[in-house]
Amino acid sequence: MTETRHADVVVLGAGLAGLTAAVRLAEAGLKVVTVAKGLGSLRLAPATIDILGYAPQRVDSPTASLPGFVAAHPQHPYSLVSAQVLAASVSWLKDHVDGYSYVGEPSTNMLLPTAIGVPRPSAVVPKTMVGGDIRDLSTVAVAGLRVLKDFHPALAAENLQAAAAAAGLSLQVRPVMLDVPVDGEVDVGTLALARHFSDKKFRTAVGAELRRALSDEQAVGVPAVLGLDDVQEVWSQFTEEVGKPVFEIPTIPPSVPGMRLAALLQARFRAAGGRLVLGAQATGPELRDGKLVGVRVAAAARETPRLCRWVVLATGGLASGGIDVDLAGHAAETALGLPVRGPGADQAAFLPSYLADHPIDTIGLTVDANLRPAGPDGEPVYQNLRAAGAIIGGARPWREKSGDGISLSTGYLAAESILQEAR
Amino acid sequence: MTAEHTEGWQGLELMRGSLDHCVKCTICETACPVAAVTPLFPGPKYVGPQAERFRTHEPSVDSSLDYCSSCGICTLSCPQGVHVAEINSQARAAMKKQRGIPLRDQLIARSGLEGKLGTPVAPLANLVLGNSLVRALTERTIGIHRDAPLPKFAGRTFQGWARRRPPSETTTDKVVYFHGCSTNYFEPGLGRMTVAVLEHNGFSVVVPPQDCCGLPLQSNGIFDTARSYVRRLVAHLVPYARQGYKIVATSTSCGLMLKREAIEILGVADDDLRLVSEHTYDICEFLADLAADGRLRTDFRPVPLKITYHAPCQQQGHNIGKPALDLFDLVPGLTVVELDRACCGIAGTYGLKREKYDIAMQVGSGLFADIVGANPDLSICDSETCRWQITHGTGKTSAHPVEILHRAYGL
Repeated sequence: MTETRHADVVVLGAGLAGLTAAVRLAEAGLKVVTVAKGLGSLRLAPATIDILGYAPQRVDSPTASLPGFVAAHPQHPYSLVSAQVLAASVSWLKDHVDGYSYVGEPSTNMLLPTAIGVPRPSAVVPKTMVGGDIRDLSTVAVAGLRVLKDFHPALAAENLQAAAAAAGLSLQVRPVMLDVPVDGEVDVGTLALARHFSDKKFRTAVGAELRRALSDEQAVGVPAVLGLDDVQEVWSQFTEEVGKPVFEIPTIPPSVPGMRLAALLQARFRAAGGRLVLGAQATGPELRDGKLVGVRVAAAARETPRLCRWVVLATGGLASGGIDVDLAGHAAETALGLPVRGPGADQAAFLPSYLADHPIDTIGLTVDANLRPAGPDGEPVYQNLRAAGAIIGGARPWREKSGDGISLSTGYLAAESILQEAR
Repeated sequence: MTAEHTEGWQGLELMRGSLDHCVKCTICETACPVAAVTPLFPGPKYVGPQAERFRTHEPSVDSSLDYCSSCGICTLSCPQGVHVAEINSQARAAMKKQRGIPLRDQLIARSGLEGKLGTPVAPLANLVLGNSLVRALTERTIGIHRDAPLPKFAGRTFQGWARRRPPSETTTDKVVYFHGCSTNYFEPGLGRMTVAVLEHNGFSVVVPPQDCCGLPLQSNGIFDTARSYVRRLVAHLVPYARQGYKIVATSTSCGLMLKREAIEILGVADDDLRLVSEHTYDICEFLADLAADGRLRTDFRPVPLKITYHAPCQQQGHNIGKPALDLFDLVPGLTVVELDRACCGIAGTYGLKREKYDIAMQVGSGLFADIVGANPDLSICDSETCRWQITHGTGKTSAHPVEILHRAYGL
């Protein structure tokens, strides 16, 4: 008996990994349903593609450092991603977000300032941020907007200058504070400012004030609030207004660059016929004779199976709820009940020092070469399941600055592996 | 502790407990359509999980809560499972109880009563409500905005039609139709089309007597009455649920009231409600499930129309995606433009209110522009108040997805 399917593929999760897999599969002609508990965490991210930033020293070239890094970390997700796949996933992303041009290659890390002035190694970034690469600058201004209480140019400037000096770069950084015409509002967030910047009159006024505030700096960094889907237009017009190169510096959430990238990928997914089911949570596998034939999904009033040929699991790691650890230290994969590799029951999850490499950091799934989650014996649990993104164990993305590269490349690879079977 | 108190308390604890899951990530803030257009509503995170910690039994000095439209997009967007909208609805009900509920809110929350009063005198009622002088006066006296979209009384109820119609041919498959007030009093044609589509698929359709589900009362903070309304409706429906029959709803928000909101917002703890809830389906969900199982008739004629489809916020609250699109895929000749906007602004009765009309129209402006830009023959939407708002905002006819299937079947 052939059973009617609701979709070819069910993708669980709508972050960078899930969206990458979902868009690729849908564009290849498969019927894809993405099931997500909420809008994915991509909206919180700076939207740069950090591939490998520290290993543990600062990395200048991810592609040059990766072979050695993988040899030293054989259980790292990057051990499953070839240089070709990484490069292909980066070009794929560039082709798919043409409304928000990305530049850079996995071969070279730029050094871009964060909101607190730390130079961050990042390989592939939106064009609006590239001008902040401090390797190319000797004098720069960092401008804040007085109503934006989450961005402090004096702090950023002081830290950036000190960090540049420590890195052997000669860089002068000057903070500038701007008053913007927001009609009596005293506390305006990044998203509200991005909406203000879509108004030409507003950005002309801010641009003129910034021009007056600058002297002989080569470029000026501003918080990343230069418009939403209209960012290209807003950024280039604002730059003209200022009369000097302007670059965006990512902020704490709400992250406007993350919203831009998420919106573009979601639009791609929709255009390819993909379907998004939001606010729904996967509660377990749907099995027939031990085989995975779908996912059980909790919606309003009831739980129902969504049947499919393949499942991509991209629900995120411990921080996103894809993995859960209870107070007794028992770890569980929350969507399908898969085996989790983490600190054993007899091992401490945490070390005494806050900044230590805690055993729990690398908790996640073990996967085979095709990204199929595997049991302790190394055998795939289900032949038609793939995992992508932070749910794969073995990485310390916040320390390595590797999270975006892992999500993008494994999302891409999970789709590749399914497409090979579908052909 | 009274039964009523126990219920409210349980509902509150169920939702309020979720606020500890809030990690202040702001995703709900980025998705909120109301905060995007007015500083009067500072956003779901501030008004919800943050402000909730400071709410006590003392009256609150903060009125911003009243500007939440209850569209529910914050709950839908939250990756941590915080019931933001539910927390806000409950807090607003408590606030309105402290401050007193305006006559205006008491009136617009009783759509069933309005239907009963207006139907026998429909031509007169429509004439009066269509009069700009009357509307101006209504705005000044009770605060219903003069331009807000109000439906027209059909003059004949759907219930009346259902009672007079010959019974469906006896089939083994029986389905119960929960049509809601709007179909009964304002759009009985939608009810007739729904019955025809279901019967065409071999179902005999039962239309039990039914009253308002209490949703407008709930969204206006009148919880006690809303609870008695939903219990009364459940009493009509539960005998069928006990026999295992599915209950289908064409009013997507009223269906959601049975599925979720009566439990999660009103805190009605009741086995009968739970049973009805588990048996309730949105009509498109029901039909798309049939299609997925290969049981939906596909003898569709070409429908050479261009349509836009807006899945309203309340439909998204079912967490079922957009099954209407799966149904449209089956209809030959149909050109579908999927719209990607969160809300049309009306949010039930929110956009009718004098002080909120402009906000509602601004919330809907993106959607209206998309529809006007696409220039469709019909703009399709699952919710009646949204259809009235869309027609008001675009000048274009708006219809329920069932209407497309009805045409495609040639019924």
